Amino acid sequence: MTTTTPTRREVRSRERRGTPRRRDDTRLALAFIAPALVGFLVFMVWPTLRGIYLSFTKFNLLTPPEFNGVDNYVRMAIDPVFWNAMRVTLYYVVLNIGFQTILSLVIAVMMQRLTQKTWLRGVVLTPYLVSNVVAAMVFLWILDYQLGIGNHLLELVGLDKIAFLTSSEWVIPTVAFINVWRHVGYTALLIFAGLQTIPESNYEAAKLDGASEIRMFRTITIPLLRPILALVLIITIVGSFQVFDTVAIATRGGPVNSSRVLQYYIYDVAFGRFQFGYASAMSVALLLVLMIITFVQYRVSRADTSDLD
Amino acid sequence: MATATTPPVTPDTAVRDRDDVPHATPRRFRPGRAVAWAFMILVILASLFPFYWMLRTALSSNNALYAGADNLLPVQPSLGGFQRVFGLQTGQEAIDAGGAGQAINFWHYLVNSVVVATLITVGQVFFSAMAAYAFARLHWRHRDKVFLFFLGGLMIPAIFTFLPNFVLIKQLGLVDTLLGIALPGMLMTPFAVFFLRQFFLGISREVEEAALMDGASKVRVFFQLILPMSAAPIATLGILTYIASWNDYFWPLMVSYTDRSRVLTVALGVFKSQTPQTGPDWSGLIAATLVAALPMLILFMVFAKRIVNSIGFSGIK
Repeated sequence: MTTTTPTRREVRSRERRGTPRRRDDTRLALAFIAPALVGFLVFMVWPTLRGIYLSFTKFNLLTPPEFNGVDNYVRMAIDPVFWNAMRVTLYYVVLNIGFQTILSLVIAVMMQRLTQKTWLRGVVLTPYLVSNVVAAMVFLWILDYQLGIGNHLLELVGLDKIAFLTSSEWVIPTVAFINVWRHVGYTALLIFAGLQTIPESNYEAAKLDGASEIRMFRTITIPLLRPILALVLIITIVGSFQVFDTVAIATRGGPVNSSRVLQYYIYDVAFGRFQFGYASAMSVALLLVLMIITFVQYRVSRADTSDLD
Repeated sequence: MATATTPPVTPDTAVRDRDDVPHATPRRFRPGRAVAWAFMILVILASLFPFYWMLRTALSSNNALYAGADNLLPVQPSLGGFQRVFGLQTGQEAIDAGGAGQAINFWHYLVNSVVVATLITVGQVFFSAMAAYAFARLHWRHRDKVFLFFLGGLMIPAIFTFLPNFVLIKQLGLVDTLLGIALPGMLMTPFAVFFLRQFFLGISREVEEAALMDGASKVRVFFQLILPMSAAPIATLGILTYIASWNDYFWPLMVSYTDRSRVLTVALGVFKSQTPQTGPDWSGLIAATLVAALPMLILFMVFAKRIVNSIGFSGIK
């Protein structure tokens, strides 16, 4: 560490008194941001540029990448597995985000209006503390066709067993459900934090006017929460598109391709077939989708905020 | 956040409150309240039942699980599952119980996970704090531009940098090492820098300037004043970072090929894929799952309040 120079400078500035703020700390600042800057440039900026570059190459990791123009993108456009993966991912995101948002909104409102005890928030957050891998393992067992307690409960109430993770129509809803289980508490706490910013006086006033709890939810909570809800949606949707762990553990993309989400296909192409160029091109496509969604949502949420004011 | 639980104590509401419930704010909504509580109890059950079910399964004998699948208590209680997870059973015993019969030792993966999560947490929080201090308090040219540039990093989803980062880690010869897993997260995340900068900006300048007047260097001010004064947010960030890196799966899966660098999440996936397709060793698998989850659950029990209250938009905006 180059601490000696600044130290001497400090001593001098002490003698001068008065203007310690005006000085220029460039050297010290460089030393202070150096590790973070290296991390940022080497592991974020450079990989981003390199990922875009690799998407225009043929690259198997062993020999240097060969530039092949837009070949990867042409291949992507006509690859039915890619489009299937896109469709499956979208279906997953819609189910995952739909259920999670509604459920977490209800839980958050309950946590605010019913009781604000910390233990309750702790309980709701507990599933978030385990990894996706653990969540996938547990539900693989609970929803097992033969032995799972889930199917035993279904039989108990007189329903048919469901092949949750092994049938093509149930697998994506089930994966979506598993991830809702893990993330709903976290999302609810984010929304809860947003609810705390709504002044209690709004509710008091509405109550004096005889408004019901449901009416207050519609006329106070939802409009005032809208900007935060939009932000929560951006965060959760971007996360939802990156689904991988649950699929990798519980279904491996199956049955056939019915749970082969985009990220799993990318991983498969890169590490199963060593086609890093093509995998990178699909990553770029995913990146573009995420950027468009973020941009659109950001615009929409901004419009909402200005509507309110 | 402390204000959240305090009910408004206007004399007006106190008079109108004819409820026996002493600390809840008065609300009309009686039958609805019962329904709401019923819903919350369902949510609580759904949140916690899988944890109980893990414990129950891990403590059952695997072969008895088939007959007693709907038994709510452990079936033929046994520690066999845990013994297999920690490599304490001979191969034949493990095969008889439906296991893969391969020697596995989760201690090793546990240690790997601790090393990786600690490297990432200590490095990321410390280096991000240094950068955050430079952005919050030091005076240098282009400071705000560089900061905006850093913030741009928030836009890049982690998933996009994984493939090229793997290529880089491979070129550095760090594939299948713990350092290779930890390195990309060890130096900073834009969020950590942003989060800590917000707190540093809130620290009163007067204390800092008094110290400078007394001849302390800015380096000393950072280590002996700023860091101790922000112990709370730093601890919060550290705990959240630790949990996130402990639970990470995709990146360690890419980097580690052998036991040498396998962390718990990856090992769990391998353990699962090794288990026989027909009649898998569920009690062993679930015991391993519990072992992988337990450290974070204990951490949560210790720091529950801090973790629960840290989730919000205080840092993000």
